[in-house]
This record gives sequence, C-alpha cells and structure tokens, in this order.
Amino acid sequence: MIDHLPILQVIVPLLAAPICLILREAQLVRWFTLIASVFAFVISVLLLQQVQAHGTLIYSLGGWDAPIGIEYRIDQLNAYLLILVTSISSVALLAAGTSLQKELTERKETYFYVAYLLCLAGLLGILTTGDAFNVFVFLEISSLASYTLIAMGRDRRSLWASYQYLIMGTIGATFILIGIGMMYMMTGTLNMYDLAERLPEVQQTKTVFTAFAFFMVGVCLKLALFPLHLWLPNAYAYAPSIATVFLAATATKVAIYVLLRFIFSVYGFEFSFSHLPLKEILVALGLMGIFAASIVAIYQNNIKRLFAYSSVAQIGYMILGLGIGSKTGLVATLLHLFNHALMKGAIFLALAGVVYRVGSVNIKAFAGLGKQMPWTMGAIVVGGLSLIGVPLTVGFVSKWYLVLALLESNWWPIAILVLVGSLLAVIYVWRLVEAAYFRPALQDSAPYKEAPLMILIPTWILVLANIYFGIDTSFTVGLSEQISASLFGVAK
Amino acid sequence: MTFLKNSVSLLLNQQTIKRELLRSTVIEITINVILLALLTLTAISLAFTKDLFASVMLMGVYSLLSASFFVLMDAVDVAFTEAAVGAGISTILMLTVLAMAGRFENRALHHPRIALFVVIGTGIMLVFGTFDMPAFGDINAPVQTHVAPHYIQQSGAEIDIPNIVTSVLASYRGFDTFGEVVVVFTAVIGVLALLEMKSEEVRNSVAPAPMYQHKILRIVGKILIPPIMLFALYVQFHGEYGPGGGFQAGVIFSAAIILHAILFGVETTAKAISLPFVKVLAALGVLIYGSVGIVAMLNGGRFLEYNALAENAITGQHVGIIVIELGVGITVATAMMVIFLTFARRVGKSNGESA
Repeated sequence: MIDHLPILQVIVPLLAAPICLILREAQLVRWFTLIASVFAFVISVLLLQQVQAHGTLIYSLGGWDAPIGIEYRIDQLNAYLLILVTSISSVALLAAGTSLQKELTERKETYFYVAYLLCLAGLLGILTTGDAFNVFVFLEISSLASYTLIAMGRDRRSLWASYQYLIMGTIGATFILIGIGMMYMMTGTLNMYDLAERLPEVQQTKTVFTAFAFFMVGVCLKLALFPLHLWLPNAYAYAPSIATVFLAATATKVAIYVLLRFIFSVYGFEFSFSHLPLKEILVALGLMGIFAASIVAIYQNNIKRLFAYSSVAQIGYMILGLGIGSKTGLVATLLHLFNHALMKGAIFLALAGVVYRVGSVNIKAFAGLGKQMPWTMGAIVVGGLSLIGVPLTVGFVSKWYLVLALLESNWWPIAILVLVGSLLAVIYVWRLVEAAYFRPALQDSAPYKEAPLMILIPTWILVLANIYFGIDTSFTVGLSEQISASLFGVAK
Repeated sequence: MTFLKNSVSLLLNQQTIKRELLRSTVIEITINVILLALLTLTAISLAFTKDLFASVMLMGVYSLLSASFFVLMDAVDVAFTEAAVGAGISTILMLTVLAMAGRFENRALHHPRIALFVVIGTGIMLVFGTFDMPAFGDINAPVQTHVAPHYIQQSGAEIDIPNIVTSVLASYRGFDTFGEVVVVFTAVIGVLALLEMKSEEVRNSVAPAPMYQHKILRIVGKILIPPIMLFALYVQFHGEYGPGGGFQAGVIFSAAIILHAILFGVETTAKAISLPFVKVLAALGVLIYGSVGIVAMLNGGRFLEYNALAENAITGQHVGIIVIELGVGITVATAMMVIFLTFARRVGKSNGESA
C-alpha cells in the first residue's frame, strides 16, 4: 500500500466527496469528512517520511510512464505543502460542526462538506502532480469548490464576493491554460520535467516568452498578488468562518507553490530570473502589496476584512522573498508559507468563535470582549503578535530570514521597508486589541460567553503551533533549507 | 510497350492527384478563412449587443462555428463536444437564467476604460506569441513529433481500439478525464448548494410549462425524445470506434430530459425522473470511475491501470474504458439534468412570487 501513497493522498478526499452526497445526513457527513481529512493528513506525514528516506517519489497513473501518461511526482517541496494543507484542513474541520450550526442550515451543511472535500482534493491534486495540464484540471476543481464555499456565507454579500472571485479566478485559470497550451505547442509535452528538458531549446522564442507571461499572470491572480488581489478581501470577509480559515490558510499557498514549481522546476531559475526582469517585478509588487494592503487594513472596521487585507500584505512578504532570488530568500518564502498559514488559521478560527457568540465581526462588537471571551481574544492577540513578527512566535522566524536574505544581498533599504511594514501590522493589530481590552462592553447587551470548546480547542492547537514552531524551528527551517537548496540545485 | 504505357498513366495519375490535392487545399483554406472571419464577426457583435437573448444566441453560433472549424482540422471528437456542450446545453442553461434575470443589459454606470486597456494589452500579447509558433498544420511541429507518434503508432498494440482520441482521453490521460468528471460534479454541488429550494418552496412555486399549449411542439417533441435517448446511447457505446463517448452522450441524453421539462413542465419531469435519485446518480458516476482505479490498484496495478483489470491486458483496457465511459456518461447526464431543473425551479419560484 505504501507504493500507492501519492495517489491515495488525492483520491481519499476526492472519492469521499461523492460518498458524502450519498450519505446525506449532516451529522454523518461531518464525521466522515473529518475522518477523510485526518486520513489525508496521516498519508501526507508518511509521504514526507518516504521522501526523506528514498528521495523523490514517482507514481505513473494508469501505468503509463510520463510523458505518455500522467505522473505524480513528490519531492520535499510537495510533501511540505501537503502536510500544511492537510493539517490545517483537519484542524479547521474539528471546529466546523459547531461553527456551521450557527451559520448554515442543516440541509446546506452536507453540500458545504462535499464542496470542502472537493476543494481539499483539488488543492492536493495540484500539489502532487507532475503534469502541467493536470495542474489545470485540479485547479478547476479547487476553484469551483471554493467559489461554492464562499457563496454559502450568511451575509448576502458573499454571493457578490464569490461572483467577483469567480470572474477573476476564471480569467486566471484561462491565462494559465493559454500558457500551458503554448508550452505544449512549442515542446509537444505536458509533463513538467519533460518540459524542463525541452524548453531550453526553444526558450528564445516569442511564444515561450508569451506562455511564461500568461502563466505567471494567471497564477498571480490566483495567489492574489497586489494589484491582482481585489477578489480576496470580500471573499474572505463574507465566506462562512470555516471556509475562510481553510482558504486563507491554504489556497493562496498552493498558488505560490505552483509559481515556485514553474519558476524553478519547469522554466528554470536561469530563464525566469536572468532572461526576464522577473526579480524587479516581484520585488516591486511585493513591496507595494505590503504597504498598500497594510495601510488599507488599518482602516477596516470589519475584522475579517482587516485580516484579509493583512493576508494580501503577507503574500507580499512571500513574493518579496522569492524576488530576492537567493537561497536564503527562498527559505524565507517557504517559511512564511507555513507560518502564515498557522497565524491566519489561528486568527480566523478565533474569529469563528466570535461569530458564533457575538454574530458580528465589526470592530464595535469587540468592545469588552477581552474580558468576556479571554481565550478567544488571547488567541487573536498571539496570532496578531505573530503577524507583527514578535520573537518566540513563528512570524519572527520568517521575518528574520527575510531580513537576513535582504542583508545578504545588500538590499538594506528594502530590509528597512520590511521593518516599517511590520510597524503597520502593529497598528492594525493594536486597533483590535484596543477595542477588545480597553473599551467598556456595550451596556445594552448581556455579557457574551466564551466560545464553545469545539472551536476553542482547534484554535489553541494552532496558537500553540505558532509558539512551538517559533521556538523549535528545526522542522520548518530545516526542511525549507533543504527544499531551497534542491530547487536551486535543479536550476543550476 | 506496356511498361511505357504504365509509366505514362502513372505520371498522369500523379499529376491528377497533385491537382486534386492542390484543389482540396485551396478549398480548405477558403473555408477556413470564411469560418474564422465569421468567428471574428460573431465575437465583435457579441461585444456590442445589449440584448442578452441575442448574446446567448450569438454564443451558440460562435460554438457551432468553432465546431465546424474543428471538423476541418479533423478533430471530430472535439467538434462533437463543442457542438453538444457549447452550442447545445450551455445555450439552454443561459436561456433559463435569462428567464429569471431579464432580457436586457443594465446600462453601465461608468466606462470601464482600464478593462479595455487590459483587454487590448492581452490581445497584443497573444498576437506577439503567435510570431514564433510553428506554421498551421506543420507536420514537423513539436506537437507532432514528440508524444503524439507514440499514441498513433502504439495505441493499436497497447489499447486496440480504432479511435485514438478515446485511447488518449480514457486511458493514457485517463486521470485528467477523471478530474474533468469531478469538475462537472463540483458544478452540480455548487448549483445545489446555492439554488436548491426547500420542498415546501417547490410546492408553492408556479412551475412553467410554457410550451404545453403548443400542440404541434408537444407532439413533435414526444416523437423526438426516444430517438434522442437512443442516439445518446449510441454515442455512449460507440466512442471507442468513432467520435463520441461519455461526455457527448451524457449531454445528449440530458437534452431529451430537458426537452421533456420544457414541454411538460419542470415538476412533471422532476417526478418522472425522481430528482433525489438523479442526484445520487451524479455521485455514483464519479464513484464508478474512481472504483475502476481502485480495483486496478487491488489487482496489483497502479490507479486506473486497466491492464490489471483482466488476465489479458487488452481486454483489461477495453473493460476499463467501457466502465469509465459509463461513469462519465452517468455523471454528465445527471449533472445537466440537476443543473437545468434546479435553475428552472427558480424560474418557477420567481413566477410564483410575482403572481
């Protein structure tokens, strides 16, 4: 069975989805979904072990070897992200039952779980495959499912948000498809590693350049790189809380994975960074994203929207790390992928608790919550500190590596800008802290109870992970360094 | 003497063949140019029209023109799909939406200049990309020389069905096709999650059966429904030999049901096909496809390795392809039914509210 791990990683949630539709009963479906997700998590851990022990795993689907058929190819980079996605998905599902009771009718709950599993399977499919067209197919699955998840929000604006995302996402997917089509036209292959071998021959052609441009813009739309981020804030703000937790922590990360995979493994570092001004573009857009999104975040009164804008800013940090174009820079990006998922997972889960008790995430509703819901607010504060990059949290680790990489390349003015960006995070986190701890509770409402345990426990699992991985960095930093070295090794 | 005669006739023959070839190429190019010109015209009028009904029809025309273009390129499977999905089912679905949303576009409040700028930029970029493309129909293009020869030369020995396109879609790249089926299933989930009505809402709605009073349509429709279904089954099981397969068959089959709904009313159809059961079938189709993969794994092969399904590898391929095509057909057919009926019920609801 161990041979089949790569495919099981994807088909367990994928086949669980139609089974859920047949099971129908929300209660049953809830447990079934959780079990499928935890199972996927176990598989991803085993996969990482296998990769560490035996190197890259290759699995030929249908028994046809690539490039004739489609292959799954798992190296450390895939395994690292697989663990990230499946673990966050499982933790979010722990809280789903309780949180969704308040936010969805029972009839819709089943559909929520089916869409959730499809989204999970789609993301995992993108992460495991070694075939460029297969990436597109699974991107469609995950995208369609996430439009559904977002549109199920209680607020009717969620429909508009989902529609916006649908339009932008479809444009992104189309661009990606145009890129893949042109690559296929110039090389005759769809397999990523076969592409990597055959692209250098034709890399001077205008068609390959166009393919690269379309692909990159498409992926950047999906990962919400400034200024292509316009779909993200509303989508995160109005989606059901659990959907926000899952999507905020995983979906954009998977898009960044696609970006890394194509830059390093398909086109090669040489082509991407020396041939084109990609470095300058990424650094400029990354920095603009950090500042523009952080400043907009400061003015938000809807706290989910506030943290959604903060996500756009954090994506800026990841892209900046990539743009440095050095090993340490890539380590910073990889670390921040993981760490940001932990921070935002914790914060949005805590906000799910607030929605459960208070029913609103407007900043006014937070007045006095610091006393009434100490554990929930505590979780948001720790997550916020991590966002700022305070030592002993994961945020510090990734910022540290980012600044280190910038100084290594003698880009100290940008290093200063990164630190200024962190100060902006202090401001928006402080606004929330001020409301929760220093403003008296509203008189006319009865004091709110602490969030239910089934939401608090998963929240604090992630909060503790924020602290644990902030102190013991051997797993994240160690793995990121290995991945970074091997990606640059391939590119040599 | 005979030798001379033979060689002369051969020479003459060759010349006629050459002339024939030349003539057919000229004809083909002319048709291509005309079709592409019509495509461009359709696209431009699409951008300008404010009448959504006209837009939907133009989109159907666009698909049909592309389908004809694909036929000229000898891509009959693609053409078939484009005609069935693009010109057929998606036109119907969009018309259903128009029944709810109204026929005319609202006036734009602002001129989306940035959008125009982006579109023009994208267009320039696309044209720029064409400069170094291999020539249209070039037999030495990378697409023709790398992976494709394997499919053309080996699929006979490895899979042994006449339609190579089906070999590629169902076996060599069967996992992509599995993904496509899941995409269709995901769309169903999306529609159900957002638009499905509660049973009491269904009871209160005024289901439209606008065509019922048209006797001729009703009778002609009744006559047409069985042959459409039969044709769908033909396309389903003939996919290994000619153009066709589960996707096209599913869409055609659902067309028969949709025709029934248009003529006799949504609720009559929903009862006739038992909508809850159809929903289960949509899930079942995906599971049938997936279970072929699982069975192959249990028999010691890889996921979807049909060779492992039977003693004989070729038999295994045939069994695998037939079963997965069945899964595709079931999911696509039921998906289209569910999507159409769910949309149409909403039309009934908005009618009920306004009544």
